[in-house]
Amino acid sequence: MTAQIIETNSAPFNNSEVDPVTLDIMENALRNARIEMDATLVRTAMSPGIREQGDAFPLIADRDGKMVVGQFGSFIDGFLRSYPGTIEEGDMIFLSDPYSCDGAVSHNNDWLVLLPVYRGGRLVAWTAMFGHQSDIGGKVAGSIPIDSKSVFEEGVRIPPVKIYQKGVYNEEMVKVVLHQSRKPDWCAADLNALIASCRVAARRVDEMCARFGEDEFASATDLLLARNHRAMKHLIETSIGEEPVSFTDFICDDGVGFGPYKISCKMWREGGKVILDFEGTDPQAPSSINFFLNENMFKMFFGIYMIMVFDPQILFNDGFYDLVDVRIPEGSLLKPKYPAALAGRTHALGRIFDILGGLLGQRQPEFLNGAGFSSSPHLMYSGFDKGGEWFQLFQIGFGGIPGRPFGDGPDGHSLWPGFTNVPNEFLEKYFPLRIERYEAKADSGGAGSFRGGNGIHMTYRFLEPGTVAIHDDRWFTYPWGVNGGQPGDRATKILERTDGSREVVGNKQDGVEVREGDLLHFITWGGGGWGNPLERDPELVALEIRQGLVTAEGARDYGVVIAEDGSVDGPATESLRADMAANIVESDSPFNFGPDIETLRANCLEETGLPAPVQPGTVAA
Amino acid sequence: MGYRLGVDVGGTFTDLLLIDEATGQTFRDKVPSTPSDPSQAVINGARGLCERQNIAPADIDLFLHGTTVATNAVLEKKIAKVGLVVTDGYRHLMQIARSLVPGGLAAWIIWPKPEPMAALERTIEAPERMDAEGNTVRELDEAEMRARLEQLKASEDIEALTVCLMNSYVDGQHEKAVAAICAEVFPDVPISISSDILPEMQEYERALTTIANSAVRPAVARYVGNLEKELKDWGTKARLSLLRSDGGLMSAEKSAEAPVNLLMSGPAGGVAGAVWVAKSANVKNVLTLDMGGTSTDVALIEDGAARLQRETSVGDLNVRASSIDVKTVGAGGGSIAFVPELTKALRVGPESAGAVPGPVAYGKGGELPTVTDANVVLGYLPESLLGGSFTLDREGAKKSVQTIADALGIDLMDAAAGIIDIVNENMFGALRLVSVQQGYDPRDFALMGFGGAGPLHANAMGKLMNSWPVIIPPSPGVLCAYGDATTRQRIETQRSYNEMVQNTSDGELTVYLDNLGAQVRQELEAEGVAPDDVELLYEIDIRYAGQAFEIPLSVEPAGLSIENLIERFDTEHERLFTFNLDETPHEIVNVRAVALGKSADVAPPTIDKGDADPAAAKTRDHQLYMDGKIQDAAIYDRALLKAGNRIPGPAIVTEMDSTTLVHSGCEALVDDHGNLIINPVAGA
Repeated sequence: MTAQIIETNSAPFNNSEVDPVTLDIMENALRNARIEMDATLVRTAMSPGIREQGDAFPLIADRDGKMVVGQFGSFIDGFLRSYPGTIEEGDMIFLSDPYSCDGAVSHNNDWLVLLPVYRGGRLVAWTAMFGHQSDIGGKVAGSIPIDSKSVFEEGVRIPPVKIYQKGVYNEEMVKVVLHQSRKPDWCAADLNALIASCRVAARRVDEMCARFGEDEFASATDLLLARNHRAMKHLIETSIGEEPVSFTDFICDDGVGFGPYKISCKMWREGGKVILDFEGTDPQAPSSINFFLNENMFKMFFGIYMIMVFDPQILFNDGFYDLVDVRIPEGSLLKPKYPAALAGRTHALGRIFDILGGLLGQRQPEFLNGAGFSSSPHLMYSGFDKGGEWFQLFQIGFGGIPGRPFGDGPDGHSLWPGFTNVPNEFLEKYFPLRIERYEAKADSGGAGSFRGGNGIHMTYRFLEPGTVAIHDDRWFTYPWGVNGGQPGDRATKILERTDGSREVVGNKQDGVEVREGDLLHFITWGGGGWGNPLERDPELVALEIRQGLVTAEGARDYGVVIAEDGSVDGPATESLRADMAANIVESDSPFNFGPDIETLRANCLEETGLPAPVQPGTVAA
Repeated sequence: MGYRLGVDVGGTFTDLLLIDEATGQTFRDKVPSTPSDPSQAVINGARGLCERQNIAPADIDLFLHGTTVATNAVLEKKIAKVGLVVTDGYRHLMQIARSLVPGGLAAWIIWPKPEPMAALERTIEAPERMDAEGNTVRELDEAEMRARLEQLKASEDIEALTVCLMNSYVDGQHEKAVAAICAEVFPDVPISISSDILPEMQEYERALTTIANSAVRPAVARYVGNLEKELKDWGTKARLSLLRSDGGLMSAEKSAEAPVNLLMSGPAGGVAGAVWVAKSANVKNVLTLDMGGTSTDVALIEDGAARLQRETSVGDLNVRASSIDVKTVGAGGGSIAFVPELTKALRVGPESAGAVPGPVAYGKGGELPTVTDANVVLGYLPESLLGGSFTLDREGAKKSVQTIADALGIDLMDAAAGIIDIVNENMFGALRLVSVQQGYDPRDFALMGFGGAGPLHANAMGKLMNSWPVIIPPSPGVLCAYGDATTRQRIETQRSYNEMVQNTSDGELTVYLDNLGAQVRQELEAEGVAPDDVELLYEIDIRYAGQAFEIPLSVEPAGLSIENLIERFDTEHERLFTFNLDETPHEIVNVRAVALGKSADVAPPTIDKGDADPAAAKTRDHQLYMDGKIQDAAIYDRALLKAGNRIPGPAIVTEMDSTTLVHSGCEALVDDHGNLIINPVAGA
C-alpha cells in the first residue's frame, strides 16, 4: 500500500537551470529555516525534556520526501510507502507507532508531525519534526517501562493519522490521545510546538518558491542532493576498504536479568557502494531494550560520522542513500518483530554510535575516538507532594566525551546534538528535590595521552516520597579506550537512606520507592582514553589533580607519582613510567575493552555490587 | 549649560563630537586611533578640538564614551585571573557548564574541550546551602570558609573574585557573608557577587555572567582610571560616562563595578547613532547594517528605540546582560571567497583576510579573493579613491576572482557578482534573525547602512529585504560619536519573580515594581541626574507556566492589571508562534525596572540647499557591472552634494571613509542633513 498524493495542479516541475550561486543561496536559506524550527520548538515546548534538554529533531525534505536539511535523515519515503491513505493540501500527519512507519520513530514517546507543503496546487516539500514526550501513559510514569513485554504496555500508540485534514484540526482525536498521558499539559504544549515548527519551515519554503520559482526550488533540492552524493561517493571510495572490517559492542543488560546483548556490524565496500551488515547481532530481547532501527536512519548516521571523522566541511542530506546498503537481520535486537517492546531503546540507539566509530576508525587509527558517552541515561521521579499535587520529572544525564585524536574529551557533556542539562536551580524550584552534589567524577575518564572525559556524580536529595526509575548502561562492560588509551569507569547508582544505609541500585530499574530525605548518587560513566597515558605531560596530570579532575591515586594510571606537596615527583615518575612501559603488551587491536565478558561476569558482584546478568537465550537461574 | 563631548574609538580613527548644550551647535574632529592605549587619542583629540574652538576644558560637563576595552579583553583573552567561590558540591559547575556540545550529530568529534573563564584550580567551595525558597539549609561555616580562602590565596594568584552560590537569586545573604570574608582575606582584590550582578535563576548563567564581570574588571578599571586622571590633569570636571551594551550610559564608577554591561559598548554606539539619525530623518523603524572588514552587525530599531535582548555575546562568551539585539555574521569586506573541492559550492567567509594581508586590491600582500576584490572587479569601488591618494589594484583583484570563476566554470564578472550575492545572502540571514524571526515584517522598515562597507551593500540589502528607503548617513565614525553623545543615562535592575498569576495580585506586583523603581531612581540620582529628569520604565516577563521562553511586556505600576497583561501576552504569543495554550496558567517570571536620564537635544547639522541636479558634485563618468551587464554610471563626491540633489543609479558616491553604491533602477535623494535616501524609481 502506498500513499496517494493528491495535487490539484498536474503540471510537472520543469527542470530548471540553477546557477551555483543561487544554489548556495537556497541551501543557506534552507539551513536557516531549519535553525528556525529548533528555535520555535524550544521557545514554546513545555516538558523539560524538550524545552531544557532539546530532545527533538527537525527536517526539511524535497517533494519526494528526501531530507535536504536536518540530522536524522528522512523517513518520509518509508512512511509514504506504507501509508494507505491520501495526502492533500492542508493535511498534517501525526504518528508515534514505530511499527507503522518502518521505525521512523523508534518508541511511542517520540511524537512525529509531518507537513506536506503545497504551493499552487502542487506538493513542493515536506517539513517534519519529532520530539520526546515525557509521559504518554502506560504502566509507569515516563512511559518507558524497562520490563515491558510488548508495545501495548508502553503508553498510547498513534498510527499515522491526520491531525489536520484539509486544514481542519481533528480536536477530538487529539483529546483522546492527550487523555492517555499523566502530563496532558506538557503533551499539548509540546505537540503545538512541533506543529508550529513545521509550519514555520513550511512558510520559509513557500517564501523561497516565491522568490526563486517553484521549478527552481525543485531543481535546487535535486542539485543539493546530487552535490552530497558526489562528495560522499568520493569519500567512500577513498576511506572505506573492500576488505571487511567488523566491530562488536554490547548492551550490558535488558533490565530483566539477561545480558550482555551483542551488536555486531561488518563493513566493506563493493565498487562504489558500502555494505553495513548487522549479521551476528543478538536476537531481540524479552524486555523493552529493542531498537527498531530504520535503515535510512542508519545510513544517515553513517554518513554524518563519515563526514565528521574525515571531512567536517560537507553538508549532509539524503543524497547519498543509494551508496549505502544496510542489512539488519529480522528478529534481532535491531529489527525486533511486532509487537516486541521498544520503549527502552535509548541504550542500543546510543551504542550504534560507538559501533560506527569503531568501524570507521579501524583502518585509520589516527581518526579513531574512544568509546563515547553513547547514551542518554534517564532518571524519572514522580509522586504526589504534601499538597496532593502530582509531580513528575524525566531527566537525561550526561557523562564523559571520549579522548580524541586532537585532545581530551570534555567532562560531563552530551554526545547528543543540542542537548543541555536542566539547571539545578530550576529542578529545586519546580520539583521536590535538592541537588547536593554536581561534579565531574575524578578519574572516571579513561587514562590516555588524551584523557577521556569524566562522568558526572550527581546527588539528588528527595524532599517528597516518590517513585524513581533509572535507565542507564555501561555498568557491566567498559567504555573502551583506543590506541593505548584505557577504558573509562563504568556507571553506578547508589541509594543512601536517611538511616545511613547504602545500597547499589540497578542501572535499569523501575519502581524504586524513595522516602523523604533519601539520597541518590547518580554516577555516569567516563569516556575512553586516547593514546598511551605514559605520554601525557606529568605537569598536566598534577594540574588536573588540583582541579579535582584526577586524584593522586588516579595519576598512577599515567605513571605519574605525586609528592606530598602536590607537585610531580620527577624521579619516582620516571621510574614508574619505565616499569609500566616495560609491561605494555603489544596488541594488533587499537581497542582496549578491559576484561573479557567471562571475567566481567565472574567479578561483577564484587566490583559493581550487582549480580552478573545471565547470557541471553539461556534460562535465568 | 556647558558642553557635552562624545568620543568613539574605532580601529582606525577616533571620532570626536562636541555639542554646545545651549545652542545645539556641534564641532567635529577625527584623529588616528592609538590602539596600544586608546585613551591617548581620546584625550589628545579632545584637547585639540577644544583648543581650536576656544572652549575651556572646564566648560565641558559631560564626557560620553563608547569603548571596546571590555570587548577586546575578552576577544584577546587578556582577562584577569578570576577566583570563584561556589556552593559545596559544585566546584565543577563551570567545567560541566550546560553539557551542550554545539553543532549537529557527532559534532563532539571535532569540538575542542573548552577551558572555563574561572580556572578550576582557582575555584573553591563554600560550606553553606540555601534552598529554592531562600531558607538556609546549612549555615555558612565562616571559620572553614576563611581557611579555604587563605589556602586559595597561598596557592593561587588571584586578580578578581566571584561569588556565586546556589539559589542566591532568591536571597543574597550567604553571598554577602562570603564576600565579607573574601574582602578580609583579599583586601585589594575586586569582588563581584552574583546576586548583585544578575539576581536570576540558573546557576551556570549567573555564575558565568558574574565571572565575566570579574574577568574584565581590572582592565576596565585601569582604562577608566587612566581616562579620569587625564581628564583631571587637563583641567575638566566633566563627568565621565560610558556607553552600555544596551545603548544607555552609565557612570565611570558604576562601569568599574559592573563592566559586564560594557561588552557590546562598541556596536551599541553605532546603533545609538542610527537611532539619532533615524529621528532626524523622520523614520521610526529601521534595520541597521554595520558592515566592517571582517564582520557585520545588524540590529532592529522599532518606533525610534533599538530592540534589546537579555543577553550579550562576545566571541564564544554568552552572558546574561542586556544589550542591543545585535546579530553578528562573519561577513565583511575582507571575507574570503573559496570553492571547496568536494562540493564545488561557492563559499564566502567566515575566514577573513583582515587588515593584514587584506584584500588583494589593497596591495598589502593579500592573495586570496575577498568581497572587496569582487567589488573592485565589478567597478563598485573605483580604483582611485580620495582624489588619487589611495589606489586599488584592480588587475590583482581580477586575477584572484578569476580563480573562483575557473573553479565554478563561469566568467569573471559572474563570479564577482556571485561573491557579492553570497555575502549579501549571509547578511540577509542575520537581518532575518532580528526581523522576520522576531515576528517583524522587513517591509515596514527602512534600512540604514554604515561601517566601512555598509554603504556599498546597503542598496542591495534593501532590495533583498524589501526595506525602503535605504539610508546612508554621512561619515560612519561620526555616527557612533553622535550615538555616544545623544543617548541617555540608564540604570536597569531585574529580579526573578517566579509566581503563577493566580498566586499573586495586582497590589502585590505593584508594590514589587515600585520598590524596584525606587531603587533604580535612587541609583540614577546618585549619578547626578536631576530628580525631575528621571524617567522610569517597567517590564514584566511572562510565559506559560512550564515554557522556557518569556515575553517581555512594558507596564506602568499605576493602574496595573494582571488580567490585561495576560491578554497582551496571549496576543503577542499568537503573533510569534501562531497559537495559544488556553488551559495553561501564566507565570510572571522576571520583573525589571529601568531609570533613564534626559537625552541631549541635539539638532543634526544641515547642509546647503541645491536643486535636483547633482552635476556639480560629479567627479567623472564610470562603468560598472550590474544586473548581468556592463552599465554606464557616474561617480560623485559626497562633500560637494547639496540638499535636494537626486542621483540616478547606477552611481557611486565617495567620501573619505566610505563609498556608497546606488543601484540601477534606484535613486538617491540628498536630504537636508546630508543623508542619502535611496528609493526604487517607480516604473524602473
